[in-house]
Order: sequence, then C-alpha cells, then structure tokens
Amino acid sequence: MEQMHTHISRQFNTELEDIRSRVLQMGGLVEQQIEHAMDALIKGDTAQGEAVIMNDTQVNKLEVTIDEECSQIIARRQPTASDLRLVVAVIKTITDLERIGDEAEKIARMAVRLAGEERPKNNYAEIQALGGYVRHMLHDALDAFARLDIEAALRVAREDQKVDQKYDGTMRQLITYMMEDPRTISRMLNVIWAARALERIGDHSSNICEYIIYLVKGKDVRHTSLDQVEKEILGKVNS
Amino acid sequence: MMDDTSSVLNAESKIQVRNLSFFYGKFTALKDVSLDVATNMVTAFIGPSGCGKSTLLRSFNRMYELYPGQRATGEILLDGENVLSPRTDLFRLRARVGMVFQKPTPFPMSIYENIAFGVRLYEKLSRSEMDDRVEWALQQAALWDEVKDKLRQSGMSLSGGQQQRLCIARAVAVKPEVMLLDEPASALDPISTLKIEELIYELKKNYTIVIVTHNMQQAARVSDFTAFMYLGELVEFGGTNTIFTNPSKKQTEDYITGRYG
Repeated sequence: MEQMHTHISRQFNTELEDIRSRVLQMGGLVEQQIEHAMDALIKGDTAQGEAVIMNDTQVNKLEVTIDEECSQIIARRQPTASDLRLVVAVIKTITDLERIGDEAEKIARMAVRLAGEERPKNNYAEIQALGGYVRHMLHDALDAFARLDIEAALRVAREDQKVDQKYDGTMRQLITYMMEDPRTISRMLNVIWAARALERIGDHSSNICEYIIYLVKGKDVRHTSLDQVEKEILGKVNS
Repeated sequence: MMDDTSSVLNAESKIQVRNLSFFYGKFTALKDVSLDVATNMVTAFIGPSGCGKSTLLRSFNRMYELYPGQRATGEILLDGENVLSPRTDLFRLRARVGMVFQKPTPFPMSIYENIAFGVRLYEKLSRSEMDDRVEWALQQAALWDEVKDKLRQSGMSLSGGQQQRLCIARAVAVKPEVMLLDEPASALDPISTLKIEELIYELKKNYTIVIVTHNMQQAARVSDFTAFMYLGELVEFGGTNTIFTNPSKKQTEDYITGRYG
C-alpha cells in the first residue's frame, strides 16, 4: 500500500483521491464541532452551542455525499484489492464520524441547557480534560488515516483504554459531588451525559483506527485484542 | 476475513504442474511454473497479454504439439500421470481434457452432428444412445431448450452465445474430466456472458475447470482460485477472495486494480 502507482484511468484515481480527501474534510469539521461544543459548555456560551447544533446538518450532508460517491465508484469501477478496501474503509469511517458529530451535538445541547445555571467553581475541569483527550484522539486517528500509518493507528486505539479510565474517574468525581450536595444533581446529570458523549467519541475514533488497519493490511481486526493485533500487524511490519 | 488461500493447499488436485518451462523456439514463454489445479473447482489464470497464461492452459492437453519448434520441460501430472511424457496417448488425453476457445468454432454441420462428431471418434454408440448423449450434452450446456426443435439446422445458424454453448456441449459430450476454457466469453454480449458463467458454475460440479480470461471481474465471479501470471512467471496463486481483496504481491495488486506496473 505504501507507494501506490497511479491508475491507468486517471479519472478513477481522481475519484478515489476525492473520497479520501472528503473523509478528511468531514473529519476536520467533526473535530471542530467537538471543540466548539466543549467551548460552549465551558464558557456557557448559548450562541456557540446553537451554532454547533446547526452545523451538524453539514456533517450529515457530507456523510450522504461521500456514501453516494462510494456507491458510484463500486457501480462504475468495480474496485478490487486496496481500492476496494479504501472504499469499504471510507464507508465505515464516515459512519463513525457522523456518530461523533451526533455526540458533539449532544454536548452542545447540554451546553445550552447548562448555560442558564450556576457555573461550577472548577469550570467543569473534570470533563474539560476528557474533552481535550478525545479530541486529540480523533485528530491523531484522522492523521493516521491521511498517512495510512498503522503504527499511529494502533497507538490511537490504545489511547481508548485511557479514555475509559478517565471516564470512570470523572464519573466517580461527579457522583461524589452529587452525594455531597444533592442540589447539584440535575446539573451533574447533564455533565454526566456530556462525559458519556466524550467517551463514545473515543470509541468511534478507535473504530476508525481499526478501519485504517483493514485498509492498509487487509486484516479485519475488529473484536480482536490490541495485543493480538500488535503481534500480528506490527510483527509483520518489522519483519 | 476468510482465508481461502489455505484451501488451495488442502484441496484435492486434479492437475499438478511441477517446474514447467515452455519454449517457442528460443523464446521462453513459461519459467518454472508450479501450481495445483483443484478437483471440481474453477481455477482462473489472469495476466496481461503475453504473460503465458494461454500457453500454460494449452500445455494441459498438449495443444502445442500441433505447432513445430515448441517444447516443454518439467511435469504436468494429471491424476499423478505426467502428460508431458512421450508415452502419453494424445488422443485419450484430449478426450480427458477438453477445450473451448475464444471464438465459437462450430463445425459447418448440423447442431446434432456438431456434438455427435466428436463422440464418434471415441465411442461406438447406437442411434438411440447417440440421441441421448446429444440431448444430455445440450442440457449440460443449457442449450437444449433453445435448439431441441432444430437439431438438423446448421450450427452456424445460431447466435454467438448459442454457438459458444454449442462448443461447450461438444466438449462435454465426450465426458472429459477437465475443461479448459480460453477466453470463452470475450466475443459474447453481457447476457450470453452471464449464461456462460452460470454454466461454468453448474459444470464444476462434475468437471475440473481451468479458465483463461482478460476480464478480471469475470475471474472474480466464476473462479475459486486465481493465478496471476506475468512475463511467463507465476507471480501469485491463491483463493480468489484473497487475490481480489488482499493480494500479497504488489505486482498482482497493480494489475488487478489497473495501475501502471
């Protein structure tokens, strides 16, 4: 996969390049959505929260467009081997990106809801950290997709375990707040929803990394332990 | 992903090619090719023009004997017997290993005679036995319903797709064990092509089939195993699912995806 020659059909080449760059475009948009949603939450910025909710239609539109292009490539070009894997990986990746978009929208909705309430002294520090973490994860996953870098993809997939740990920690913290002061319960429940959304974003980013490994190596590593994957995939790379 | 390549190794082989090299005078058309053709499976040979795939196919029933200055080294074992041995009875070999060519080649005689002609060379059948055999062969080739009322008409009066199925019926009629198909559908329209492909699927229940095709989608559709050849060498051989989704050689990848080699 590393150094691919170009197709004899230049048009086919362009079409494949096009879906690849559109995935990255969609990924960039989704990344921005997370950033803005978190910003809206932390600053209590209703307008920004609403803008994120509005922009989700852009994400959805891109998903539909890319899906359509993929169907057309399958119908007209009958892609094989790495071309086929690219189309399959793209179709799957954009499903996860769209879901990430939905999670960002959820966070934005929480932000709008929480904006009217009293702001906690720590400024939602517990989920700020989680938010920053998963945004990075998505960013690195997209980067690995752009560079077809399976080692990076594996690294990102491993991060998801840390996200899960951070999520558990955050939950414990939020539960403690609620026990200390039951008046915060309604607000904290919204925060919990936002934390849950962030944790899901981590899962989706990790899925994208699995598609990258499939795309590059032709191996389906879903439902396989990361240690197993590392042994099979990187063992091969190093040899 | 299902690993269908390992099934190549486990399948029972009808033909085993061992270190086969082939020469047209001084030109080496095949270089040290070894592969197994699995019993009752479809094996496809793909590769660019001049890669040796047709030469390999034709060596299975020693079609090359028809031309001077050509020779082969190595072994081609048909059920363990080397067909390249000078002791091989070519007449019997070609009855066991039938062949269908790119262009339909019906004989200029009736549909019935097209099929009976070959059978008579190998077997003495009574009139009614021959009638049965002709009908059976035409049934096998999925042509019977279209021609049963005009068996006395010339084979040349049929459409291209029907002519090709007539040729397949002719090959089937002598009850071969192996069928070699050299670009059997390249001169046919898409519907006739699909009929031939459907037929290949039916035939493999009883015969071992080897097909050479330039149409990669066709190889992907009909074959169980695919061999990719380039410049007289066997580059990659494996399960068709694997070859078309995740080939291990870059040359194979470049060829089947249509890239500059």
